[in-house]
Amino acid sequence: MSVINQALPQTAKLSNEEVLRYSRHLIMPEVSMEGQLRLKQAKVLLIGAGGLGSPLALYLAAAGVGKIGIVDFDVVDVTNLQRQVIHSTPDVGRPKLDSAYEHLKSLNPHIDIVTYETRLSSENALELFKDYDMVADGTDNFPTRYLVNDACVLLGKPNIYGSIYRFEGQASVFASEQGPCYRCLYPEPPPPGLVPSCAEGGVLGILPGLIGVIQATEVVKLILRKGNPLIGRLLLLDALEMKFRELKLRKDPNCPMCGPNRTIHALIDYDQFCGIGPEPAPPPGLSEFEIDPVELKKKIDRGDKFFLLDVRELHEVDICKIPGSYLIPLGQVPARVSELNSADDMVVYCRSGQRSGKAVDFLKKAGFRKIKNLKGGILAWADKVDPSVPKY
Amino acid sequence: MGVKVVIPTPLRQYAGKNDSVIVEGSTVDEIMRNLMSRYGELQKHLYTEDGKLRSFVNIYRNDEDIRYLDREKTPVKETDVVSIVPSIAGGSALETGEHGRAWLQPCRTAQQQGGFSR
Repeated sequence: MSVINQALPQTAKLSNEEVLRYSRHLIMPEVSMEGQLRLKQAKVLLIGAGGLGSPLALYLAAAGVGKIGIVDFDVVDVTNLQRQVIHSTPDVGRPKLDSAYEHLKSLNPHIDIVTYETRLSSENALELFKDYDMVADGTDNFPTRYLVNDACVLLGKPNIYGSIYRFEGQASVFASEQGPCYRCLYPEPPPPGLVPSCAEGGVLGILPGLIGVIQATEVVKLILRKGNPLIGRLLLLDALEMKFRELKLRKDPNCPMCGPNRTIHALIDYDQFCGIGPEPAPPPGLSEFEIDPVELKKKIDRGDKFFLLDVRELHEVDICKIPGSYLIPLGQVPARVSELNSADDMVVYCRSGQRSGKAVDFLKKAGFRKIKNLKGGILAWADKVDPSVPKY
Repeated sequence: MGVKVVIPTPLRQYAGKNDSVIVEGSTVDEIMRNLMSRYGELQKHLYTEDGKLRSFVNIYRNDEDIRYLDREKTPVKETDVVSIVPSIAGGSALETGEHGRAWLQPCRTAQQQGGFSR
């Protein structure tokens, strides 16, 4: 199945240095000189230089993909290094594109790396995508996933898809001219407000490596026109079980994007599509249901009688805690509300103040009035009160 | 005896932390009803208030999407495996969830910040 249609120009040639570099490709019949020249001629756009983007970029650069574009606007954070292997410790604080560019150039000086320091949007996606043969999606949010899909369908370019959660991953190739698109698989994103639990999350650092390398493999196969691409197939990986499963994907005849009676003919507002409205501005100062870490410290030092409730998950307590707190993970608060006394003066905290804010909202509705959320959570506590507390 | 239902990671917290559950039933609908009668919290994550399967959740009988079989009426044998496959958006991030754009709706702040593979 040929997804890229350009003919190989007669003039394309490898230098002697390139011949030596790619010799392990050139001696295998599935690549050979023709395939290596196809790789050299190929142009692949990566959305994101993070967990999936790192292995994608590294392997595609090493393989000799002639032009690699990367869209990102983030800065390297120390918590990225557990999985985003294109960045190193000295890169913390630098734009991800800078460290990715340097790393890739030093890996393979024979290829073009083009960086786009911008947030992918409905305004710029078509313009960014049009010069590339295919797009590999390494984003981490629903609006961008639908945007990448729709732009790829509109331009007729394959979208090499990968997605991860904890130790589970999905991969596929959405090439709407040959098979289904992302909307055929999932017509709509989850609505806001169905957050199972904010404490859920995390990712095994190796997992984006596994899924990103599957994406890179699919990119290379499409360029080489070899093998059987993941078109019309959804690959599921459970890394804990180390089991791969494959599900059939079908082109949805009613797909609003790629079906015969499509209703979407241009890019839309993807935040709105995903139900994300503009964020209301936080009220200035502290509300009556908030407490500052410094104020909490004074309260403790004064020996005030109050109840300190930690709504994080059990495994987070192993990382750090504020002494004297009582643990009820947010998801269990409704069922365990009887363990709490609404007459008590109460302070609730979590990591950053978001989950505890939800707990406070819930408990207020349940009749608790003497309750405050620790603003900024244990992170702010570490910043303002106790620097020996590790941040995570 | 019954049919094996594979529970995806994001939903395991609502299904007694099981990665799969054996449930009685001869159609997908019966199996899902029996599953949710055992784990009530799953209901709102899988079905809308008017009882429709949510459009970001797919159910498979073996490797076939039930949308292309007989939907919830799809017959199921004991040798079949039923899989629930929700959409996940993660690219790397998810951190401790507060920053996460994990499964289902990520938290608003992280969403507003935008960004790739945080």
